[in-house]
Amino acid sequence: MTPGLPDWVAVLTAILVLLGSILTLIGTIGLLRFKSFYARVHAPTIGTTLGIGCVLIASIIYFSVLQSRPVFHEVLIMIFVTVTTPITLMLLVKAALHRDKDAGKDHMPSHPAD
Amino acid sequence: MTALVPHPVLSVFLLGLWLLLNQSLSPGHVLLGGVIAVAGGLAISTLEMPRTRVRKPFAIVRLAFVVLLDIVRSNIAVTRIILAPTPPAKSGFVTIPLELRDHYALATLACIITSTPGTVWVSFDSAKGLLLIHVLDLIDETTWVQLIKTRYERALMEIFE
Repeated sequence: MTPGLPDWVAVLTAILVLLGSILTLIGTIGLLRFKSFYARVHAPTIGTTLGIGCVLIASIIYFSVLQSRPVFHEVLIMIFVTVTTPITLMLLVKAALHRDKDAGKDHMPSHPAD
Repeated sequence: MTALVPHPVLSVFLLGLWLLLNQSLSPGHVLLGGVIAVAGGLAISTLEMPRTRVRKPFAIVRLAFVVLLDIVRSNIAVTRIILAPTPPAKSGFVTIPLELRDHYALATLACIITSTPGTVWVSFDSAKGLLLIHVLDLIDETTWVQLIKTRYERALMEIFE
């Protein structure tokens, strides 16, 4: 145990880090289990939202208690991950759509629901 | 003032970013962060990005809470789908007609939709105002259209337009 760290903080951070990694693992399992490319895109987003969220909250609590002052620059990681993930996913899905279109499969709904 | 700070939102964000990174509110860092904020705003203005004004801070906070709750909820839903013995019944594309036109509002909507597991932003046809998303657990198309429109689009229009 790290000196100067109360037990409850150690337990809490351990639970949060474990929860975050389990969620990320589940996302990865989803990536493996789903059959179509478009379904697969969804699974890893668990890791980039709640998964990373739990780990970062654990980090905030741990270092805030250890240094006896609020440490929360982890928020920046959350912001940048949230802002940049859509770009990657959008490019991936668009590339897949383009490939499917070339192969003669058109996924675009012909009649937009309105 | 507008000449020096052409993008106030960006400049405030840059200053906040600098202070957060350095974990300090000392006058030196505030000054340095201020210089970076002004320089960053001026640099972006050479790209001739459309300007934006963000209104109603209360609406922003409310939307943030709604989104946070939805992220947690859809995380649980997708986790359940992954761990279920049978794959999801049906996943597919949904077209949503949007009234939203502000670039920044659309970018925010893209972040929201992609951050909630189970939905991914695919493309937006700005001429027709049609948004295409992919939904993992697609049961009813019209519920998704209603959900995006009432839950997010209305709030974003209130904030950005």
